[in-house]
Amino acid sequence: MSTETLEQAIVKEPSEPLFSKRRKKFITDPLNDDNPITIQVLGICSALAVTVKMQPTLVMSIAVVFVVVFSNLIISLMRNIIPGRIRIIVQLAIVATLVTLVSEFLKAYLFDMYKVLGAFVGLIITNCIVMGRLEAFAMANKAYDSVLDGLGSGFGYAWIILTVAFFRELLGSGSVFDFPVYGTIQNLTGFAIPTNGLMVDSIGAFMVLGIIIWIQRTKNGYVEH
Amino acid sequence: MEAFNIFIKSAFIDNMIFAYFLGMCSFLAVSKKVSTAVGLGAAVIFVLTITVPINWLLQEYVLKEGALTWMGADFESIDLSFLSFIMFIAIIAAMVQLVEMVIEKVSPALYGSLGIFLPLIAVNCAILGASLFMVQRDYTLVEATAYGSGSGFGWFLAIIALAAIREKLKYSNVPNGLKGLGITMILTGLMGIAFKSFIGIVL
Repeated sequence: MSTETLEQAIVKEPSEPLFSKRRKKFITDPLNDDNPITIQVLGICSALAVTVKMQPTLVMSIAVVFVVVFSNLIISLMRNIIPGRIRIIVQLAIVATLVTLVSEFLKAYLFDMYKVLGAFVGLIITNCIVMGRLEAFAMANKAYDSVLDGLGSGFGYAWIILTVAFFRELLGSGSVFDFPVYGTIQNLTGFAIPTNGLMVDSIGAFMVLGIIIWIQRTKNGYVEH
Repeated sequence: MEAFNIFIKSAFIDNMIFAYFLGMCSFLAVSKKVSTAVGLGAAVIFVLTITVPINWLLQEYVLKEGALTWMGADFESIDLSFLSFIMFIAIIAAMVQLVEMVIEKVSPALYGSLGIFLPLIAVNCAILGASLFMVQRDYTLVEATAYGSGSGFGWFLAIIALAAIREKLKYSNVPNGLKGLGITMILTGLMGIAFKSFIGIVL
């Protein structure tokens, strides 16, 4: 009897369910409690510049999720054969290759979007979230876990910049995904709402992000010392 | 004269932080004390002034479409511009390594206080961003150098100003949720408004 349970325990141990509690945390933690932008203060650089309109922001989010997931996967597969001293260069080379892929893909299939995003696609290379996840997670964890972690961080980043873009486009240009909200209201009610030029400017992004951080931290009780 | 205008323009009007949000990570992380902010700012000026012209030469004589003509007629049609990200980041990483070694030798105290943030200059988007903008705007070598040093100087000014404000901020009563990153974001926005007043100046 006792040997049977022992065997069962051994067999059961490696087959952890695909979405066990531990693995779910990889995805849900970065969304709120450990958000890469608002709590860890990473990846703000290349993100905010594209948040004037929703559409380029969405493309940017997809690109970042792609890069962080695949670089996490590749690094975690290679982690045992990378010498410690040159790991930063190896990581940068892999990230740069993936970003080049994204940039060439945009140039080929979404050229208008490529022109709008411009140099900022290239700047995903220096996005601290990607480097941070590679250093802190992929170098020490298995491939599948690293993919989940990449997805979590990517989505955590995406929802913040999409929220910023929503308010900046709505208040600054009076539209959402290029659908003219203010114009429609004016047509229906005859009541004209002025748009706010400050929101189109970079200053709007700082203000909106500051307020989002304020609300989020008040809600989850995180205090920085 | 054109180069001087570019220097002023990139430092004040097209400021890396306030106009393009580049280099925000280290800007937010290292701006708690003025002394460390000065050290990092100087390192950024140095790296930018060196890497932008080097990357310009690389772009002009290796990567651009038809740039390899100097090797012979066979190479005329080669376009290596898809390699620019990888090449630029390699140059930047090498330069940052160099700066790190120099600072460690010359001023061990500064080296200790900068710690992890010194190698992180390699992933400072302001540096890569300056190289990419330089390509986009078709600068000449002199203009690219002026642009590099100007953006470095603008970044230096921004981080020192923010660090000075944050040192005073320690003694004020900020709401709990706004402490740290939140109030810093709003402060950066307010400083950005001040820098916007330079737009009216015609160079």
